[in-house]
Amino acid sequence: MDNASLPVVVALMAATLRQATPLILASLGGVFSERSGVVNIGLDGIMTCGAFFGVYGSYKTGSPAMGILFAIIAGMIVSSIHAFLSIHLKADQVVSGVAINLFSGALTSYLLLVLFNRQGQTDGVNALTYPKAFMRGIPVIGGFLSELNWYVFMAIILVFVTYFILYKTSLGLRIRAVGEHPKAADTLGVNVYAIRYLCVILSGALGGLAGASLSLGTTNLFREGMVSGRGFIALAAMIFGGWRPFGAMWASILFAFADAFQIVAQGFGWAIPYQFYSALPYILTMIALAGFVGKTTAPAADGVPYTKGER
Amino acid sequence: MEKVVEMRGITKVFPGVRANDDVNFELAKGEIHVLLGENGAGKTTLMNILYGLYQPDSGEIYVNGKKVDIKTPGDAIKLGIGMVHQHFMLVHNFTVAENIILGKEPKKGITVNMKQAIQDVKKLADLYGFKIDPEAIIEDITVGQQQKVEILKALYRGADILILDEPTAVLTPQEIEELGVILKNLVKEGKSIILITHKLKEVMSMSDRVTIVRRGKVIDTVRTSETSIDRLAEMMVGRKVSLKIDKAPAKPGKVVLEIKDLRAQDHRGLPVLKGVNLEVRSGEILGIAGVDGNGQSELIEVITGLRKSTGGKFILNGKDLTGKSPREIIEAGIAHIPEDRHKRGLVLKYSLAENAVLGKHYAAPFAKGIMMNYARIKEYARTLIRDFDVRTPNEEVMASALSGGNQQKMVAAREINKDPELLIAAQPTRGLDVGAIEYIHKRLVMERDRGRAVLLVSLELDEILNLSDRIAVIYDGEIVGILDAKNATENELGILMAGGSLKNKKEGGIV
Repeated sequence: MDNASLPVVVALMAATLRQATPLILASLGGVFSERSGVVNIGLDGIMTCGAFFGVYGSYKTGSPAMGILFAIIAGMIVSSIHAFLSIHLKADQVVSGVAINLFSGALTSYLLLVLFNRQGQTDGVNALTYPKAFMRGIPVIGGFLSELNWYVFMAIILVFVTYFILYKTSLGLRIRAVGEHPKAADTLGVNVYAIRYLCVILSGALGGLAGASLSLGTTNLFREGMVSGRGFIALAAMIFGGWRPFGAMWASILFAFADAFQIVAQGFGWAIPYQFYSALPYILTMIALAGFVGKTTAPAADGVPYTKGER
Repeated sequence: MEKVVEMRGITKVFPGVRANDDVNFELAKGEIHVLLGENGAGKTTLMNILYGLYQPDSGEIYVNGKKVDIKTPGDAIKLGIGMVHQHFMLVHNFTVAENIILGKEPKKGITVNMKQAIQDVKKLADLYGFKIDPEAIIEDITVGQQQKVEILKALYRGADILILDEPTAVLTPQEIEELGVILKNLVKEGKSIILITHKLKEVMSMSDRVTIVRRGKVIDTVRTSETSIDRLAEMMVGRKVSLKIDKAPAKPGKVVLEIKDLRAQDHRGLPVLKGVNLEVRSGEILGIAGVDGNGQSELIEVITGLRKSTGGKFILNGKDLTGKSPREIIEAGIAHIPEDRHKRGLVLKYSLAENAVLGKHYAAPFAKGIMMNYARIKEYARTLIRDFDVRTPNEEVMASALSGGNQQKMVAAREINKDPELLIAAQPTRGLDVGAIEYIHKRLVMERDRGRAVLLVSLELDEILNLSDRIAVIYDGEIVGILDAKNATENELGILMAGGSLKNKKEGGIV
């Protein structure tokens, strides 16, 4: 990347969007799941699986598009475990989510050894080609656009799609009703279990895509621990964004900005220890959550398993 | 007589309870049929079976003469059955229209046609004479209006058979009257209605026929015009009951509790108490009447130290207790039978013995330093159980194992035995059967006669009228009138509870 030819501000904005992309995608997954009433703390693990299988798919087929498909399917499979445990067996959703996080870490390092015969990280694979030169040719915003990738566009389009589904379609009305008052929905003939399964699996698909955007989108390879808590930051963004798609997007961008800023700021040569910059994203997350979360309300039935015919 | 619903030999067993035992029930076209029974008699279970929420263990259901198998509410809706649940099934942050169309949304392409929905709801509301704004958010409208939304929900789905579960529990007397008119209109339009209730007065004024249920069994089905309140009460309870409380006139003494311009906010930071002024004297029962959500719960929370006040003060026997901790307040002599015995009255997973000493567990003789004296605690619990006739195998069972009535007796026993200056009883008989209600009422009157001050809060107007010596009506966070219970009428209370004024009616009622 020849950042030198770009003003710092433009580079910072582009970096912010790139960093925000996995967060946005995963937080949209969180929005779907939690709006239907299932806490999905396993998003971090789902992202790990998505990141791994995205690379594996591209490695196996040579096509990054297939890699993305692999990532999405892997996310859906892992999340369906969570769905089965928490919807069908009414397990504690946090415990189930934690189990998925642990399971995903172990599974991917095992498969790394079995499928790639490597430890720590995979080889580089084919990634989506991004027409950098063409983008740079666009007047005014060309420089900015050239620093993005396709995942950024996907994420932003999916924010609109999620908003449309949740607030404009009958499916969305039902999802929100199920997350607020499942019994009310049930008494009107809405299938609570079906809606929750759908939403958790959708959140898995988005989580998987988020993982792929991380592995295929930035480094072209999978490295153990590369998700490094982004699933949790995405959940924080979802909460900070008030369980709304646009809110979650802005919150993701805010968190990503802090992350991007620390890298750029280290180059400023200010007399501040670089550890301060590194801590910045976390400090910002804490301030945001401590200061604002009190004012947003979770869906009323979030995290509460629904039992039909309960007295 | 055309039968629209017939249920034959319905049996439903829950763990430990036979909720319905070989029940037969039928509904004729165009009638209002009451299912009458005490709490836990199995009325709601039977109707939940008809609505597809529960599956019967045995028995058959016929709708319009055809045998049907109702597996889900969706099936029931298709058969033209609609149900208005006791606890409203409304999504509180949705609009009226959204709640009504949920599950049967008018569409435009792949989106919900909200405009059409609002129009449809408006048309339907006009047809049955409901005044309601389709775009209002549920949490902003009154309980009476919420109930209309529930009825509209059923009608929107083309229901011909309407089941209403305890529809009057949350309404003011005027709203109950209005509901009566609505139901009569619905019947005129050819609907048939099942009404679940345990309130005898409404049975007499609203219904054509009554089916009485007791302990899961049908006792009888009678024509309302051929029976009487006393006869129905006897069938419902299984023995003769006195519906009136015997009590001598009150001998009020000195002021025990004085509340001056008390203010507080709710959890959203909005004012709920807007300057409450009230006095409670020794030897009297002061009843607070009001529609749910007008500040009565918050008032009690402030007086018991569970909620911070934002202005004003309250004084017990000359001692200002404003802002004191619950322990200081208990020690000053206020005891509290809370409105939600599960949330605040008992620790359900503690034994009865442990529950019996909550609030004084930290002091002698039940504790010495950091050690609990379990021998004394159990002995004390046994005394309470004996004195208050709590039905339990022993004092070591968990509170959750007891029936609601016995749990409530346990709470009442503990609080009354604190020998307080002021006893607060918030909805002391909620969800109890007639026998337990009689008992709790008797104990409250006994406390009064011993010279204690009793502050009663209840949503049941009959309870307020029967038990109180004076009645204060709370509306929108203020006491809007104080009546002498001897002269107060249900109608006057209803007007005050709805925010009206008695000024131009007559002067006599206000003390």
